[in-house]
Amino acid sequence: MPRVTFIEHDETIHEISADNDATLMEAALDNLVPGIDADCGGQCACATCHIFINDEWATKIPAREETEETMLELAEGVTEFSRLACQIRVNDTLDGLTVQLPEAQH
Amino acid sequence: MTDAATAMNADDAIPDPYSIPLDQIRMNQSRLFQNNAHGEYFRRLRKEDPVHYCAESEVGPFWSITKFDDIVKIDSNHKQFSSEPAISIGNPSEDFTTPMFIAMDPPKHDVQRKAANPGVAPARLADLEGLIRERAGKILDGLPIGEEFNWVDRVSIELTTQMLATLFDFPFEDRHLLTQWSDVTTNVDMFVSEEKIQERRASLRECLAYFTRLWHERADQPPKFDFISLMAHNPDTKDMINNPMELLGNLILLIVGGNDTTRNSISAGIVGLNQNPQEYDKLLADPTLIPNMVSEIIRWQTPLAYMRRTAKEDIEFQGKQIKKGDKVVMWYVSGNRDETKIENADELLIDRARARQHMSFGFGIHRCMGNRVGEMQVRILWEEILKRFERIEMVREPIRVNSSFVMGYSEVMVRIMPKDKH
Repeated sequence: MPRVTFIEHDETIHEISADNDATLMEAALDNLVPGIDADCGGQCACATCHIFINDEWATKIPAREETEETMLELAEGVTEFSRLACQIRVNDTLDGLTVQLPEAQH
Repeated sequence: MTDAATAMNADDAIPDPYSIPLDQIRMNQSRLFQNNAHGEYFRRLRKEDPVHYCAESEVGPFWSITKFDDIVKIDSNHKQFSSEPAISIGNPSEDFTTPMFIAMDPPKHDVQRKAANPGVAPARLADLEGLIRERAGKILDGLPIGEEFNWVDRVSIELTTQMLATLFDFPFEDRHLLTQWSDVTTNVDMFVSEEKIQERRASLRECLAYFTRLWHERADQPPKFDFISLMAHNPDTKDMINNPMELLGNLILLIVGGNDTTRNSISAGIVGLNQNPQEYDKLLADPTLIPNMVSEIIRWQTPLAYMRRTAKEDIEFQGKQIKKGDKVVMWYVSGNRDETKIENADELLIDRARARQHMSFGFGIHRCMGNRVGEMQVRILWEEILKRFERIEMVREPIRVNSSFVMGYSEVMVRIMPKDKH
């Protein structure tokens, strides 16, 4: 099971083991990581699982698709590192991934 | 916002939904909702004809989408399902059209929404929390103990109107005008005669005149976070002042969006907890359930019953042929009761798992912008209620508003039990 580290906006760290093939959103909810609302349940329809994934990992993750781009337009504080956690599936190549959380989901 | 004036035959008894041929079910009838009879109708549609075509109604033919996942699909598909020209079942009157960003497609929708959004974004909410708590406390401290009164007037309307005044930085002493403009917009009784229609328009013209003055003041002042300043200073929206009907449309959107919805969620909490006393017990035993309860109340109530889209092309959807130009109504109030998606969907369960995953805010690019400010008001109010009162007892059945769009209450009569007495 790949290890993923979620860092809250106040820098609280949550290290979890994610199930292979779970989305980062599901992994966060299953492991009670706060700060991901996931209002639409993972259908890329709400932008309340907004996360940041920095450069070194970005290349190992499939790029944003159009729906994700559109929904991120609604989110607050979006940067080039912004992603929706429901659109990223965990696998062994992501072992050691670090994910940053925004101040709030909107 | 809604032109769906369908107050008809109010005295006739509501028929059993199974006594009507399926193709003659018309979910635009506001009295089904006023009498809280819509639930069984939607249950039948979800089971027998979840993508339902109503060929004839007072507002023409329309499709009803009634299942949760189908609604998410259409709500997320703004390319094929347009929000123009209107998000209510009726079309706007040709001689009084008020464009607003909820009823626009990209790219215009996006720039107008983005201009207003900072007024209710997370950074702004943190600033507002203390103010809401102070106001909620003051309103609750002024309530009579042991006497009957209407919770809607004294609490639901009062708290949400104060908040709305703050979001617009609207003169506080005139805040009742915001309630008035919100009510004339959505009340179907304002569409029943030519006289009423003219009265409604006159009221909305006053609204426009008032805000036009505010706009000019704000445009000359440094930028702030109220909606008017945000729009008056944003390069994409600063010229809206030259398009008065579009300004009025967006004002109506922000007033109704910030008023009816939260108001009725506040009233719904009282109704729901009184109709489910075991849930009230759970809340008193564990106040940390409040945030989850807030989401559950918003699901259970579904303050706006639907949003409408218009098909931009011929589309096959779940085996049905939707034609270009057809009206497609996404019934959130039905999706939130979809038994194949939500367990015990008819019940209010304040400790429900995944309570956030309801559809009352809609999905996709038009998803409710003020959802977090609404949730925050309901949460803080309940936190302050539990500090003060043992129980708020509903003394008779609530009176619901006559609308197929706004799921609301005009009267919720209550009596407060103080903390030390039972």
